[in-house]
Amino acid sequence: MGVDALTGGARRLVDRWLFRLGRPEAAPIILYQRRIYVLPTAAGYAFALALLVMLIASINYNLSLGYALTFLLGGVAVASIVHAFRNLLQLSIRSGRTEPAFCGDALVFHLLIDNRRTARRPALRLRAHGEASAFDLPPGAVTEVSLALPTKTRGPFPLGRTILETRWPLGLIRAWSVFIPDITGLVYPAPEINPPPLPGQTAGEAQGQRSLRAGDDDFAGLRNHQTSDSPQHLAWKVFARGGPLMTKQFSTLEGGDIALEWSALPPTLDNEARLARLTAWLLIAEGSGRRYALQLPSRYFPRGHGHAHLHQCLHALALHDQAHAGPGDV
Amino acid sequence: MPGPAMFRRRSGTAPHATGAATLQADQGAWLLSAAALTLAPHLLTLPLWVSALSVLLLGWRASLLWQGRRTPNTYLIVLIAIGAGIGVRVAFGHFFGKDPGLAFLALLLGLKLLETSTMRDIRAVILLCFFLQLGVFFDNQSLPVAALTLGASLLSIGALLSLSDPAAGTRERLRTSALLLAQGLPFMLMLFVLFPRIEGPLWGLPADAHSGMSGLSDTMAPGSISNLSLSEAIAFRAEFSGTPPRPAQRYWRGPVLSEFDGSTWRAARQFEGERAPYAPSGPRFEYRITLEAHNQRWLLALDYPADAPEGVRYTTTFQALSTQPLRSRTRLDLVAYPETVVGLDETAPVLDAALRLPPDSNPRTRALARELAAGSASPAHTLARTLDRMRAIDLTYTLRPPLTGGNGVDAFLFETRRGFCEHFASAFVFMMRAAGVPARVVTGYQGGEINPVDGSMIVRQSDAHAWAEVWLPQRGWIRIDPTALAAPGRIESGLAGALPAGEALPLFMRPQFSWLRDLRFRWEAVSNSWNQWVLGYNSERQREFLSRLGLGELGWSTWIGILGVAAASLMGLLFAWALRQAQASDPLDRAWANFSARLARHGLSRHPAEGPLDYGRRLAQALPGHAAEITDITTRYANLRYRPPATPEAVRELKRRIRTLKLT
Repeated sequence: MGVDALTGGARRLVDRWLFRLGRPEAAPIILYQRRIYVLPTAAGYAFALALLVMLIASINYNLSLGYALTFLLGGVAVASIVHAFRNLLQLSIRSGRTEPAFCGDALVFHLLIDNRRTARRPALRLRAHGEASAFDLPPGAVTEVSLALPTKTRGPFPLGRTILETRWPLGLIRAWSVFIPDITGLVYPAPEINPPPLPGQTAGEAQGQRSLRAGDDDFAGLRNHQTSDSPQHLAWKVFARGGPLMTKQFSTLEGGDIALEWSALPPTLDNEARLARLTAWLLIAEGSGRRYALQLPSRYFPRGHGHAHLHQCLHALALHDQAHAGPGDV
Repeated sequence: MPGPAMFRRRSGTAPHATGAATLQADQGAWLLSAAALTLAPHLLTLPLWVSALSVLLLGWRASLLWQGRRTPNTYLIVLIAIGAGIGVRVAFGHFFGKDPGLAFLALLLGLKLLETSTMRDIRAVILLCFFLQLGVFFDNQSLPVAALTLGASLLSIGALLSLSDPAAGTRERLRTSALLLAQGLPFMLMLFVLFPRIEGPLWGLPADAHSGMSGLSDTMAPGSISNLSLSEAIAFRAEFSGTPPRPAQRYWRGPVLSEFDGSTWRAARQFEGERAPYAPSGPRFEYRITLEAHNQRWLLALDYPADAPEGVRYTTTFQALSTQPLRSRTRLDLVAYPETVVGLDETAPVLDAALRLPPDSNPRTRALARELAAGSASPAHTLARTLDRMRAIDLTYTLRPPLTGGNGVDAFLFETRRGFCEHFASAFVFMMRAAGVPARVVTGYQGGEINPVDGSMIVRQSDAHAWAEVWLPQRGWIRIDPTALAAPGRIESGLAGALPAGEALPLFMRPQFSWLRDLRFRWEAVSNSWNQWVLGYNSERQREFLSRLGLGELGWSTWIGILGVAAASLMGLLFAWALRQAQASDPLDRAWANFSARLARHGLSRHPAEGPLDYGRRLAQALPGHAAEITDITTRYANLRYRPPATPEAVRELKRRIRTLKLT
């Protein structure tokens, strides 16, 4: 724990003074020569050791060509430093779109990397949060590079400290650049596994069915059938007439709408459990094809339906009570 | 080096995510061809079984790769490795030294190739390749071998490239590899010239360090020189500052042999001094001699050396010696006075030794010698009579003399009558001693060929020779070459002119191959420069070169400083290349800059914050005659710049349009 804190502190210091990292940078981030760093890899040190042995052999046996070979390979290793450096030089990095993910799933970040050079840039790697993705950049094109990161907590997930590195050409030298792109993904709470039925489900469902049987006066219209729709709402008559598969909508049927309320959840649940349950319910409600409203302590989303409504609600759940800061500054 | 550590597998993931842990077919092909080219020059020098086994292992790996099969069990490989280790130990009798080391490295390369499972193993194989490439130079540092090694290094670097960038094509890899080598070359040249040369060895070399050096020995038995005579290897080169001496004066003195046990001649005890034991006189020949390493102290100076540089010692037998055995090619400036009279006041013990013969050997020769001496007035007379007699015997000079038994001299003079120079010298000296005239055998080289290409004189092992010296009162030691009695051509025109027709000569000496000789002269002139300037670049040459640069004697700190500055400037050049490439690599920007510059000359320079489309509108207003072309160019540029990808064709089209824009 103490060691971790110490290394964390040291790394922050290095980031600040050597790599001049601070706030996320606005796009595009261009890798100029001053922000590219090079150091030998383990293979590079092994190579250096081998060269030393070769040099000693050349001295000991007075091998002129031995000197020549040793120095030539040394020169090649030095040239490979410049090649590695050049492989990153003047790459321009912009943020791409990032789809939200549920906690526990991978959040996929997309970066657009522009290689203006007319040559290929081989063997690049993008690393952040201990994950890496390897790719090549074709000449003169913008390439979308994705990096999937595991998620552990809900809320905003800034990509943060990111490393673009290469060991090309010989694997002896690692050239890298550290940057913080201005890109933040969003992690929704993980839906509760095996959640209880939607609130008022049993009663409401029964009520709705009864009134449905009682008359069709609440019938509001037809819409295209979705597989998740209840078969009880299928417009069989339309289908029987040779029409498409349609679903009946009951706009005024109060019992068919779902109200998801924070305050109505059992008081034994803590915040995260409540959020998990609400997330699960939102997904079930959206899947049921019915309209749903969400009541949170600070916000209220009037009843609605559809992709935009669902993500609005999930967004609010993800950000619920996040004033004390999220996992942002990792 | 060997041991279980080499075979430990790495746990965890491969260090590089783009390189899969298993060898891909093309990576394998690179690796195997690098290994094959590295091993190729070793196959001739390694013991046969080592060569065969390494080729077998390489072939095995290639066939596995070809069929996409898995590599064999690690235990099997370890078993083979242990077997190979034992084999090397048995074959060489020891482990430490360059020969067993190279043999083991060659086997290890094959074994490690079979065992490659992680990136680290593959890199280890490539490092082994580099070691073996260096190892080639133990035996041979000639130009062709250097070229072959360069090829092997190119492939090894290509193999490293294939690990880090599996997607690249063969041609791209070759190009990158060649580019890296080309960029490494200036560093190599700089370090080769400036890196402080230390005269090795740093520690005692293993016993076999200088094995395989051929040349004269300090004994002579029948057959020892005729064996050498078949070798076309160069013994040394000499460059005379004026005209070279006549062929009859080209006697390069090696060991002087004065003890005879009936079959073998050996050197007697001799003394060394700082000064030559004679007063040089007559014509003076200055020359620079470049001796191939022969692991002996003798310098094979032309008779009779004097005025030699510091460190050369003279023996009482008129030989010039170096203080250390010559273990690397050595260059020296020497002077010869061929007509000097030597040995006028020779000491009695030396003369006594020069009369001693093993008792009861060669009775017929003794009888003949006594008969010759009996009727002579003086030793000089005896000498003349003996030479006449030997001429009368009608001896034949041949490279393949028949074997003789215990009384070799008798057999040669009275039965076989066929012999090589050592038989002639041995028989003559025996006769002289038996007749009471002090005589001894001198070995060395006789002759030397002028290379018409660069004018240097080349003396080969095939010029090895044995002659005699006789001591006469008031005349000292005089040289007598009994071979000349039977084959006068040997002295004037070398071995080829002396041997009877039909005798097997080394290929190059045969008359019908004169064009081949000509080619060889050219080649040897090139190799001579190579030897002088590349292989012979040692601490002495380095000092000479640096002082010619005006650097004089360098202290360590200056030396390190110069190295550092040179390295930093080369590095700076490389980075400048990288940055220039980065700028020049965007042809679109260059085209646009070119366009803006042209319009700036018309007083319409672009404002720093002005976008291409705004600039285009302003230009169109200012130059209504070209409005359409200008708008076309600026729109094309904007599209290419802000809506990538900009295809090379589109950029070329834009450049063409900018070029063809005619502003009035």
